Formats: sequence, structure tokens, C-alpha cells
Amino acid sequence: MAKSLRIIPEKCTGCMQCELACSWVQTGMFQPSRSLIRVNIFDEQASYAPYTCFQCDEAWCMTACPVNAISIDADTGAKVVGDANCVGCGLCTIACPFGTVFYNPDTQKAFKCDLCDGNPACAVACPTGAIEYTESESADWLGGWAEKVNESYLTSIEGGNAA
Amino acid sequence: MTHGWAGHILRVDLSRGKATKEPLRLDWAEEYIGGRGLAARYLYEEMDPSVDALGPDNKLIMATGPLTGTNASCGSRYMVVTKGPLTGAITTSNSGGHWGPELKFAGYDMVIVEGRADRPCYLLVDDDRVEIRDAAGVWGKVVSETEDAIRDETGMPELRVAGIGPAGENLVRFACIVNDKHRAAGRSGVGAVMGSKNLKAIAVRGNQGVRVARPRDYMSAIWSYHEHLAESPGRQGLTELGTAPTVDLVNTFGGLPTRNFTAGQFEGTEAINGESIKDNWLVANKACFACNIACGRVTQVSPNADKYMVNMHPRNWKVAGEGPEYENLWSLGADCGVDDMDAIVMANYLCNDLGMDPISMGATLATAMEMYERGLLSDEQTGMALRFGDGKALIAMTEATGFREGFGDELAEGSKRMTDKFEHPEYFMGVKGQEFPAYDPRGFQGMGVAYATCNRGACHLRAWTPGIETSGEYDPHGTDGKSVWVAEEQNRTTAHDATGICMFTTAGAPLDDLIPVLSAATGVDYTMDDFVHIGERIWNIERLWNLKAGLTAADDTLPKRLMEEAHKEGPSAGVTVDLDAMLPDYYAARGWTADGQPTREKLMELGLA
Repeated sequence: MAKSLRIIPEKCTGCMQCELACSWVQTGMFQPSRSLIRVNIFDEQASYAPYTCFQCDEAWCMTACPVNAISIDADTGAKVVGDANCVGCGLCTIACPFGTVFYNPDTQKAFKCDLCDGNPACAVACPTGAIEYTESESADWLGGWAEKVNESYLTSIEGGNAA
Repeated sequence: MTHGWAGHILRVDLSRGKATKEPLRLDWAEEYIGGRGLAARYLYEEMDPSVDALGPDNKLIMATGPLTGTNASCGSRYMVVTKGPLTGAITTSNSGGHWGPELKFAGYDMVIVEGRADRPCYLLVDDDRVEIRDAAGVWGKVVSETEDAIRDETGMPELRVAGIGPAGENLVRFACIVNDKHRAAGRSGVGAVMGSKNLKAIAVRGNQGVRVARPRDYMSAIWSYHEHLAESPGRQGLTELGTAPTVDLVNTFGGLPTRNFTAGQFEGTEAINGESIKDNWLVANKACFACNIACGRVTQVSPNADKYMVNMHPRNWKVAGEGPEYENLWSLGADCGVDDMDAIVMANYLCNDLGMDPISMGATLATAMEMYERGLLSDEQTGMALRFGDGKALIAMTEATGFREGFGDELAEGSKRMTDKFEHPEYFMGVKGQEFPAYDPRGFQGMGVAYATCNRGACHLRAWTPGIETSGEYDPHGTDGKSVWVAEEQNRTTAHDATGICMFTTAGAPLDDLIPVLSAATGVDYTMDDFVHIGERIWNIERLWNLKAGLTAADDTLPKRLMEEAHKEGPSAGVTVDLDAMLPDYYAARGWTADGQPTREKLMELGLA
């Protein structure tokens, strides 16, 4: 069974330690603008949601890449950008439905979460346990959640029509 | 290449409409660390301390420390250093949130704002692109709307904004600079200085990184620091209940100033303590940047708050916001005799959105309430009854103060000037023109000398004595050992303030943990002795600045009420503050003369002469 990153937004306080840890891995500096995990802050709702690549089964970034620069890591299952092949066209950043593939202006290549070779720095750094790296049936756990959201959205539209 | 420090400062001359990027004085950075210390060094060098605080010659410095923007918990802080309009002294007003780190990511350790713009403007900083922009679209807006409007206007949702609300524009003498909507450099009126410069806000976006000098050492020091913080009961308490449990602690010792310091205990604490907030008002807790504590309270007003309509400026005041913290629970609550949390939470939001200090707001109103109840202020003067415990008066006066309307115009001057004007200065409860925060020195004797000697006027954050005074180590009502401890603690906290790390980390991790983090980040090998020595250097340069500004030892004093009138009831009954016993010991511990002047020997030792 593969491990995957799971995010529990209710535990997040919006402290950005995950962004700092990720940017440290990417650049050797504290540079949130180069972090591959981003914390969305919804102030009015007092809600904070870190999001990053969930290594989805149906990886559109791989499909979109014209030079096959994105491959699957055999150990972790992470979709990894190969710098040697990446030409920096940015198609993967557009293809990703979650917006979690980024373009790095410093290297002029795409970059995305590679699960830190099986020890994700964001999960280690999180002080509240809002990011876990745990065994799960599918890395694609967000899919179930998306279906649920979609369902309630459709219900609300139908409810609206009925009224 | 610099480490820890970004290596540059941004100087903005609003009179000439010019912004320039300058290299940081690295020699000063090493000697003063950053933040409060470095900014004080620049201000001491560049500015005549006798200028008008609200005139164009005052300079407004917003300074980060070398650990601001790193992952060191809680490296979110920046310090506003300027001449305080409330005090006439150097002021050092600290804030967290995300603005300070963003300034570092844009490549600057500090911003120095000079002069005065001829029309309202705001500053946009996007790495090296700096623009002084017309603020016609945001002037007049409250804090939260200002932030949103600047993001919309520039099309830059990632901007971090520090700015003023109507209170700063109207030169309320205790206006704040508020960043990230709810985090404030709160005290001494730094927001009025920004307002006096016709500067509405500084909006920043940074794409660069903060480097550390010795990454391996740094990370190993960080892990032990963070581990200690995670394990400590002090940290856990702050996460669980924020700062509000202090209400019960302080009240137990008869040190909760009630109704303008006429009592030391408040009968309504159960309504305003940590448990009450958690059970009835809390939505979530919230962290500043890189904070492993998350003491911030996001709260929501209850439907009952409808009875507190904000009348003069009808608008949909937000139903969710941040706070109140301990200090505001006291100032807007116990000090005004108000035990209705709906009123306190509402008044707290008003302060945040109007951009003014809830401590001074509540304390000034409490003074006015005492004068009203004594018949020294009439209904004609105040426009409405100002009785202790009246939540409606609290809401109405808070709003009136932010807009300087009616009696709010008098309150906006702070209680020192207000009591002087109405010829009853004995009801002013503060030091150097700044109102006391939430500790009665008759309950905690050490706070007496801490308040009297603090460079920025009455303040609880430079040497917080209730911790040691309730530990059993010292007699809370005695004077023994207090002066020496206060002088040493002031040095420690001052150096701590210079790093860019939040003071609350000391509730969990020992100060020894921070020194290796600072050294590995900057590449400068600091020892604990160096660190405390730097704190002492900063304290003394602030003192020299104040002396040049015209303050004297006569300003290191307390209101007569604290020194002559004891509480009649409670654990602190019969106690008065013996400042005469403590002050000479304090000057001696500082190596100052009997009239509070740093000696030449002391200044030589600190590299200041």
C-alpha cells in the first residue's frame, strides 16, 4: 500500500511552517514564493487550507507534457519532473486541475511536489499534525472528496430549481 | 551576501516622492541585532529627538530582525520605531502576522519613512519595484476594507498590507498600524505618525528568500528549540486558551486594575476569562507566520450584540474577527467595569477596524468614566452618561474616538492630555503619557518599577514581573530584589525584541535555545552574555534618545494613587507602591547616576561613548 499526503484543514492554524520547510528543500532558503505547498487563508471563515500535489492517479500533468519529462517514482509513486528533460513550456502547470504544478522563474523549469523521496518536509514541520504522510488505499484520496463536493453542489442547484 | 539580514533598507522620502534602496549598516546590525535595536540606532543617528512627533521631521521606521521570515518559531515580528505622539518618547511598537516576513522576502530589513506627502498616498513594494501611489481610493476606509481595496486595485492578491484606519488618519494619539487586518503595532500612537505623513499603508510582496549562514547548525538548533516549545505547559496553555487565563491569575492576586484602578479585583471575571471565550465566542485559534503557538483567537459576536448598534457610521461591521486578548479584556472590560462580553468583543473589533489601541482606548474611557461619576464631567461635555459598566457607552465612545466626533475628540488625545485639559491630572493612570496596561503594581510591586522606567511609557512587555512574583520566589508586595530583576529582564527582552522573534516563545522555550539559532542564522557567534549586553546597549541608546527629547528622571514616576492609596479589600489590600525604595536600586543596577543619567563609564562599556 502506498503512502500519501493527507491534509486535515481543521487542524491548520495558518502558520506557514509547511511552506517554509518546502522552500528550504527547494532552494536552501526560506522563500515561500518557491514553496510547492501553499496555505490558503480564508480569513472571514477562520479557515486555513494547505494544498499541494496529491499525486493523482489520472495525472494530467504527465499527459500534457510534450517531452515526457514527468515520470512516476517507483518507490513513492510521486510524479516527478525530470530537470534534464523539462523544457519549461509550462503546459503541465496549466493542465493540473488543482494548480499544484508551478513554474520556477529561477530555473525556468516546472517544479512540483516529489514527496521528498518519501519523507515530506511539510509533514515533518507541521506543528499541529494538519499534514500527515500515511498509508492509504489510493493516493487519490482527494477524488472522493471532490465527488462529495460535486454532489452537494448539484443537490443545491436542483434544490434551487425546485424552489 | 548577508545571512539572516536581508542586507538592504528601503528609504522613502514622501516630501520629495522618492524611494531608494540602501545597503544595511552591517556593523550596526551586528551590534544591535535588528528590529528594535537597529531601528533605534538609525533613529539616534539621523533624527533630532526634539521634533514634533506629528510633524514631517519625525521618521517612521518599520524594522524586522534577522530571524524574521525564517522558520524559527515565531519569527513573524517587526517593530515600529518612531517618536510616539502619546509620549514624546522613543516608541517601539511590535506586531506579528505576515507583513514583516514579506518585507524580508522583498529584500529589505527595514523601511524608513521620512517627510510628508502632499496628498494621501500608499506605498507599493514588489521586490525592487517601489511605487508611491495615490490613495484617493482608500483614504477614509477602515483597516480591513483598506487591505482588500489595495489588493483589488493593484490586482495583487498576495500583497501583505500594514496600514491605518480612520483613527490614524484623524491623528488619534493612540492609533495603531494594523497589518493582516488584525495584527497591530498597537501602542503610543504609531498609526498617528503614519497618518501625519499622509501615508495610508505599505503593501508588500516579496519573492526572494532569507538565507542562513550555517544551515546544518541552524536546523539542529531549530529542532531542539521547537521541541522544547512543543513540550512546554506554558506553550500548551497559550494554544489552548490564548492570553485570557491571565484574567484569573491576576485577579486572584488582587492585581486586576478595576474601574480606573479604584479596585484590584473585578467581580465579573467569570464572564471575561479564557474559559468563557472558549465556550461562547471562539471560532478557531490562529497563528502568525511561522508560529508554533497560535495564541490568536478568532471570535464571533453573538446575536445578542445587536443591542450594541454602531450608530454614527452605519455599516456592516464584521461578525468575525480576532481577539480580544487579555489586555483588551481588561481595558475594555474590567477597567471600564464592563462584564458583558458582547460589548467587549464588539469594541475590540471596532478598535481593530478603526485602527486604534484598545488598551489606551479602554483606559482613557475608564478615566473619563471616573471623572463623570465624580461629577467632574457633565452630560453637556460628554454628550451621554459615561457610567462604569455601561456597554453602550463603551461602544459609542470607541466609535466616536476613532472619528474624533463629540466627546470622542477629547478621548482621542489620550487620558493624560484629557485629564490635563479638564484640570484633574490625578485621574490619569499611566507613565510618560501612556496609559497602564492590565497589571496593578499594588498587586505586583515589581510592575511599579517596570512601568516607571520603561522607555516607551507604561508597558508590560519589557519586564513582566507577575511570573516571578507569583512563583513563590519573591513576595509580590515586597520590594526586595525587584529593581535588579527588572533591569536585567529589560535587557533580555530588549535583545529578544531585536531578533524578530515573538516574546511569547519565552513562555515555552528557554532563552538559551534562541542564541544558537541566532548565531547559526547570522554567522555571528553570539553568547548569552553578548546577547544581554546588546539588550543593555539598546536600552541605553533609547534612554539617551529620551533624554535628548527632553525627558528627565522626573518622568520615571507613577500616579499618586498607586503610591498613596491602597485597595481596601482583597489580597492586595493595604499595599502601596514603594517606588522611592526601588528607583535608586534600579538606577544603581543600570550603572546610572542618582538622577537617572547613564554614566560615561557605562556608555564606554556599551560602546556608546
